[in-house]
Amino acid sequence: MSLKSVLTLYRTHKWTKVTFLAIIGLLLILFPVVYPKSYVMGVACRILMYVILAGSLNVINGYSGQFNIGHAGYYCIGAYTAAILTTKLGWSFWIVLPLGGLMAALVGLLVATPTFKLRGIYLAIVTLGFSEIIRLVALNWQSLTGGPFGIKGIPAPLLFGFRITKSIHYYYIFLALAVLFLLATYLIINSRVGRAWVSIREDEDAARSLGIETRFYKGLNFMYGAFWAGIAGAAFAPYFKFISSDMFSLDEGFNILSMVIIGGQGTLIGPVLGSVIINFLTEFLRPISQYRFVVYALLIIVMMWIRPQGLAGASHSILASNRIFAHRKRAPSSRTRQVEGDK
Amino acid sequence: MATILEARDVCQYFGGLKAVEKVSMKIEEGDIFGVIGPNGAGKTTFFNICSGILKPTSGEIVFCGESITGSPPEKIARKGMARTFQNIQLFKYMTVLENVKIGFHTRTKTTMFSALFRTKQYWQDESFAHDNALNILEQVGLLEYKDTLASNLPYGVQRKVEIARALALDPKILLLDEPVAGMNPVESQELANFIIGLNKAGITIVVIEHDMKFVMSTCNRILVLNFGQKICEGTPEMVQNDKAVNEAYFGKGLAIEEGYQSATH
Repeated sequence: MSLKSVLTLYRTHKWTKVTFLAIIGLLLILFPVVYPKSYVMGVACRILMYVILAGSLNVINGYSGQFNIGHAGYYCIGAYTAAILTTKLGWSFWIVLPLGGLMAALVGLLVATPTFKLRGIYLAIVTLGFSEIIRLVALNWQSLTGGPFGIKGIPAPLLFGFRITKSIHYYYIFLALAVLFLLATYLIINSRVGRAWVSIREDEDAARSLGIETRFYKGLNFMYGAFWAGIAGAAFAPYFKFISSDMFSLDEGFNILSMVIIGGQGTLIGPVLGSVIINFLTEFLRPISQYRFVVYALLIIVMMWIRPQGLAGASHSILASNRIFAHRKRAPSSRTRQVEGDK
Repeated sequence: MATILEARDVCQYFGGLKAVEKVSMKIEEGDIFGVIGPNGAGKTTFFNICSGILKPTSGEIVFCGESITGSPPEKIARKGMARTFQNIQLFKYMTVLENVKIGFHTRTKTTMFSALFRTKQYWQDESFAHDNALNILEQVGLLEYKDTLASNLPYGVQRKVEIARALALDPKILLLDEPVAGMNPVESQELANFIIGLNKAGITIVVIEHDMKFVMSTCNRILVLNFGQKICEGTPEMVQNDKAVNEAYFGKGLAIEEGYQSATH
């Protein structure tokens, strides 16, 4: 079955959709039973983590149309919050998990508040700088973060007296978190709040004239995206057992961004696809080591060229109209005109 | 009748350019108020000041007895002022129904919490927005287009969608920026009738328009701007016979003999 037919199936009927999702869910639950090898589980865990990270970035970039490229910063905050609280204070993983998210959300609000008036590339620069600031704080605040040595020996979480150590166990935790994330996002996107976010992406002035408090909703949007990135960080700190600031560099931010772009911004399924594709590529391209980044870059360029809305993006989305082969037949919109004017 | 919207000596300067200079006006409840003037007269700038998109350099805007000078557009919208834009600002890549549903934002209350847990509030709001959006679309005569993407519609229909979206706010006053631009005479007559209907239903209308036939037949009061200044305010008859207005439109000397109607066509 080609990707396209899968997607059309996904979009067709409610019950087809539910059955389809149920089958996928069942396969995901049974997956570790079939492939219990720790290497496979490790890759699966990473894919699930990036589903949350790319998905939460997609809420900011795809749905409300902001341009955040410093998502690794929130991820970093979640991971460090969890690592510090579990190692220094001995708190339980299950308390630390939401705390990591809340901490990231709080910082997300701090970043969003002064940048409400910034759009596009200007916001991107601020978020980029923010991400670096967070990393540098983590690198230099030795007493709290261990500085360049990072934090070692993050304890494994306990679940009903059972210590979670193997990848296969983590797989189920991450699967649960990813499903929870997708469900929560689905519920919010299809509500008044989600519509307000999308209206900001489509036309901020019009949204304001309809009484939508765009600042409030942008702040909420940033907080929501940052929250889940923080959760992902907090969940992965014990999985990695060790964290250090170089895991949260700008490369990581771009890595997450590339998943969102390749998968398809502004769609729920896009970042999932993006995460699967990029992580598979990472594994396949291991033999050529750092040259694989060239492949990512080429992939993004090609995607921007022929399918700017991403693999799962709808051809009628606002993102598709930016394509280089501008749709000349379509009634001229300000965006297509801009693209043509730039040539 | 009470005054619903009042401007007091409103000025808007962009650097050295005096886009709007000391404009005062009063709109009574129940008016269909026309704002006309040659191109570049500052009509749209004046609208942007009234709806809060621009903050005036000086002067005051009073809406329903309350000063709204410098309030952000979302607050003014909440108070009951809705508007459309000259260069149609629809959510282009959403369907007509979705566009109108977004207009119900101020009249619904769903928060993130109620959306997440699908509380009663969520279902109430969703059905309220959905049913009323369909209602409005039916009133405007756009029900057949409800699942069409806004960008795929002809220009005239897009203008109507924008009006429908503004009506979702249940406004006290509706600001229309060139509503019949791009419509043929039959369509513009239909829209005029529709606007008169809205007015009868209790919505005060302010309209910027270049189509004189439309303005003269629908409006009961008219404000004329030229080079950012008010040159006349009054009933259509007063405006048509005003010397300054005729000079602004047709130039000096010629205007008075030629009259107005003959020169528009």
